[in-house]
Amino acid sequence: MKNNVITRLKNACAISETKFLNYSNHRRQVPLVRKNGELMEASLDEAVRRSAEILAKASYPILYGWSCTSCEAIRVGLALAEEAGGVIDNTSTVCHGPSVLSIQDVGMASCTLGQLRHRADLIIYWGSNPWSAHPRHIDRYTAFSDGRFQKSAWRRYLPRLNAALTKKRLDRASSLVLRKEVSAPTETAKSPSYALARKERKMIVVDVRRTHSADVADYFLQVEPNRDYELLQALRMIIRDEELDVDEVAGVPVEVLEDIADVMIGCELGVLFFGVGLTMSEGKLRNIDAALSLVRDLNKRTKFLIMPMRGHFNVTGANTVFTWQTGFPYAVDFSHGYPRYNPGETSVVDILCRGESDASLIIASDPVSHFPRQAVQNLVSSPLIVIDPQITPTSLLADVVIPSAFVGIEAEGTAYRMDHVPLPLKKVVEPPEGYLTDTEILQKIFQQVRRLKGEV
Amino acid sequence: MRLIVKNGYVYDPLNSVDGERMDICVKDGKIVEKVDERKAKIIDAFGMVVMPGGVDIHCHIAGSEVNAGRLLRPEDHFKDIEAKTAITRSGVGHSIPSTFTTGYRYARMGYTTVMNPSMPPLEARHTHEELNDTPMVDKATYPLLGDWWFVLEYLRDGQFKECAAHVAWMIDATKGYAIKIVNPGGLEAWGFGRNVRDINDPVPHFNLTPKEIVRGLCRVNHLLHMPHTIHVHTNNLGKPGNYATALETMKCVENLNNGDKPVIHITHCQFSAFKGSDWRTMESGAEEIARYVNRRKHVTLDMGQVVFTDTTTMTADGPFQYILYQLTGNKWVNHDVETETSSGIVPFRYRRKSYVHATQWSIGLELALLIEDPWKIYLTTDHPNGAPFTTYPRIISWLMSRRARKRTMEKISRRAQRRSLLPSINREYSLYEVAVATRAGTAKALGLKQKGHLGVGADADIAIYNLNPDQVDLAKKPKAVRRAFQTSAYTIKGGEIVAINGDIVKSVEGNTIWVDVKLSSNPRTVVSDLKRRFREYWTVEYENYPVPEDYLTASSPVSVKAEV
Repeated sequence: MKNNVITRLKNACAISETKFLNYSNHRRQVPLVRKNGELMEASLDEAVRRSAEILAKASYPILYGWSCTSCEAIRVGLALAEEAGGVIDNTSTVCHGPSVLSIQDVGMASCTLGQLRHRADLIIYWGSNPWSAHPRHIDRYTAFSDGRFQKSAWRRYLPRLNAALTKKRLDRASSLVLRKEVSAPTETAKSPSYALARKERKMIVVDVRRTHSADVADYFLQVEPNRDYELLQALRMIIRDEELDVDEVAGVPVEVLEDIADVMIGCELGVLFFGVGLTMSEGKLRNIDAALSLVRDLNKRTKFLIMPMRGHFNVTGANTVFTWQTGFPYAVDFSHGYPRYNPGETSVVDILCRGESDASLIIASDPVSHFPRQAVQNLVSSPLIVIDPQITPTSLLADVVIPSAFVGIEAEGTAYRMDHVPLPLKKVVEPPEGYLTDTEILQKIFQQVRRLKGEV
Repeated sequence: MRLIVKNGYVYDPLNSVDGERMDICVKDGKIVEKVDERKAKIIDAFGMVVMPGGVDIHCHIAGSEVNAGRLLRPEDHFKDIEAKTAITRSGVGHSIPSTFTTGYRYARMGYTTVMNPSMPPLEARHTHEELNDTPMVDKATYPLLGDWWFVLEYLRDGQFKECAAHVAWMIDATKGYAIKIVNPGGLEAWGFGRNVRDINDPVPHFNLTPKEIVRGLCRVNHLLHMPHTIHVHTNNLGKPGNYATALETMKCVENLNNGDKPVIHITHCQFSAFKGSDWRTMESGAEEIARYVNRRKHVTLDMGQVVFTDTTTMTADGPFQYILYQLTGNKWVNHDVETETSSGIVPFRYRRKSYVHATQWSIGLELALLIEDPWKIYLTTDHPNGAPFTTYPRIISWLMSRRARKRTMEKISRRAQRRSLLPSINREYSLYEVAVATRAGTAKALGLKQKGHLGVGADADIAIYNLNPDQVDLAKKPKAVRRAFQTSAYTIKGGEIVAINGDIVKSVEGNTIWVDVKLSSNPRTVVSDLKRRFREYWTVEYENYPVPEDYLTASSPVSVKAEV
């Protein structure tokens, strides 16, 4: 820290480093309100008043985002949505929404991450790439972490890394000498190596392509794109001692699957992490259904757990707060005066695609960059309020923009880790003058909406 | 605000008031001797029953497992909704209502204090966030400590004082109220998918038995002078033949008795009172448990009554929930918490025609009726495990009326009817005994000095029920009893009228009660020991673990001075 500026970070992963060091770039200085088609600078009070008017007047507003802010802000957001009689939704609607639907169908056997650090001897990543997307995950919680009953497997990683590097060099050299690509045969054809037969901790990666995480893993299983469902169901059949009448499932020979199933049954405690590769490929919630059911089946033979790899830092918190206040984790509709939940009908993307909403408040997310075109068109055609610390494509198209303080850097709060462990977020630096937190801004809007609706 | 509740039939067992007609005066949130009648608001309670506000000793209303249950069961919410009003927030839920709805429903029944058992310490923040959002009631929560590695290790080494100091740190860090023990040793074993067989089966990797855990924590509880006893969910819960385990658990702390004061609370005892060797031969063990408890002073129980309805079972007992999932094939949630505990959730429907479920229904009532002293057994459903807390009025009517019991009895499984002890029991609870089982007894067991009575200086939490004991024959009119206890005529919380005839007229924040243990030794030694091993045991940092006091919207600490 130097003069209220973060200069150096310790213990942080690459992703958090970019966040902490670059948070002050691309920031909006003052609130903006659109007048005669132009975004004009305005006072905070004016922006808040304008926002409250928009929300109070709207008959079916949507309040979307929430996954990158604190639980305290989300609590106020829910009160605001209820007051405005709108729909409130968080980003899980476009990432792990299908997982939630499947969990509601079959349940989920899960745990906190420390449990895995201490006990898991088989770690499977399916459709996720923690080495790149959750950089500290493997060494803090799974294969390379040291626990009470399981030791770190990082030593075995070193020769593998050396081999990979050597291979890369040889490939490069041969391509220079022979002037053509020389590539080794794909690994899926190979049976799981004896490394998997060891009693020690081991890691398997299942993905459609060889990711960095796969390089770290003891075994990589390549599945054909969009055929995860078949592979999961085939594994379930093997684990239930049923015969498979085919030689190959999703590009994987049945013998290999049988070996993998053996490893799964033989472990002390196994865990399956699944990412967006599984939730958002063909089959969506059915894939998750199969994965959850696979883990249920495995529990007849050994102990096996499953956990989704979440994205935004507080998306779990958003689901959690939504659930305790309304009973439902996302896509909650207050237009009847009580919470309703029917994803597909009450989820924001669907509402926008049908063009049903007449105003929106976007907080801590950027739907203009991520939503389908039709949805974005409808989003920007009605009044749009954006609360965000940074300039985003959404905020450029908004009618009211209120800059806020960064939660976790300039403001305190609570967030939930992906395994539902609540953690305090600290205030590291002072926010620039005049910047309020999301919670304070929402409180102000909420009070005004209540006043406009005559409930105070 | 000043209030006078006039002319009601007052039932205040802690002050031995049994249905006398008297006035209760309230000033600034407390019960007082007298207030100026001209300045006070007067509630005419003529022909009504006046009791202290209800105190629920065991009810899962907040925290990670409750919330996972909410998430798991949208079908539980669709038909049971509460719309928003200018005063109240909206909500949903039959067996696991959302937080606001939970508060309102308790207030409507005249309950003003609720204890949330089983909080995984690592997720204490979550529990408190939800309790902050639970209005209308005072609340507290019990951290799960029976399988915490520190406890296991210190008890294994016989270091009770160190163990006590660490427990004190944990109570403070989680802002907890009592030591909760769930399936001691079994949850640690569940980490690798195993369980312990009985209270003498050693915990894998730790070389101590569940018996030693219970006894050890009982001593720790005494060393810390905690207001409540240890709160125990026994081993082998929900398995035929487990009444023996429950008895052994009670017996194992018999010689740690503390004068006439109880030293152990066996919670939701119904689930631990099965006789027989399998589900076919399962029958009631209530008689044996009642016989034991009737002759002892060191134990209190709560019922864990089953009501025939659709509900959601959730406990920290992971292995038990797994068995339940195997039995039902329903959806199943498991959530293990590092170094501390586990938990599980399975939706469940209790059916009248099922022999086992009907027997469970019978066991709960047998326990409550066969244990002679109402100060020893309290009314709970282990919400939502036996049934949602909204079924309490129905249970009160069963306790108060043979006729009500008979009516339900006629509809249950024939085999269960034949084997049930209920037809042979004539006892019917009086209103006085109901007041003991639902407020006075629980407040006493919890050591809540300000709650559960209407003496001068008590918190002005009052429930007024529209029931005239002089005119209505309570045993003959169970429906009238049920209706009266379902919606209080008035609920007064902290001296303010919050509900009238089922309408919430004012939303108040309840206090969060927690125990502030003052160690006589230097607490720094504990902190340095914890810090040394923190990173090894947990995946969060020491600084991020404790819940600071300002995290609670309304903190209400109870100070105790520990011996260590």
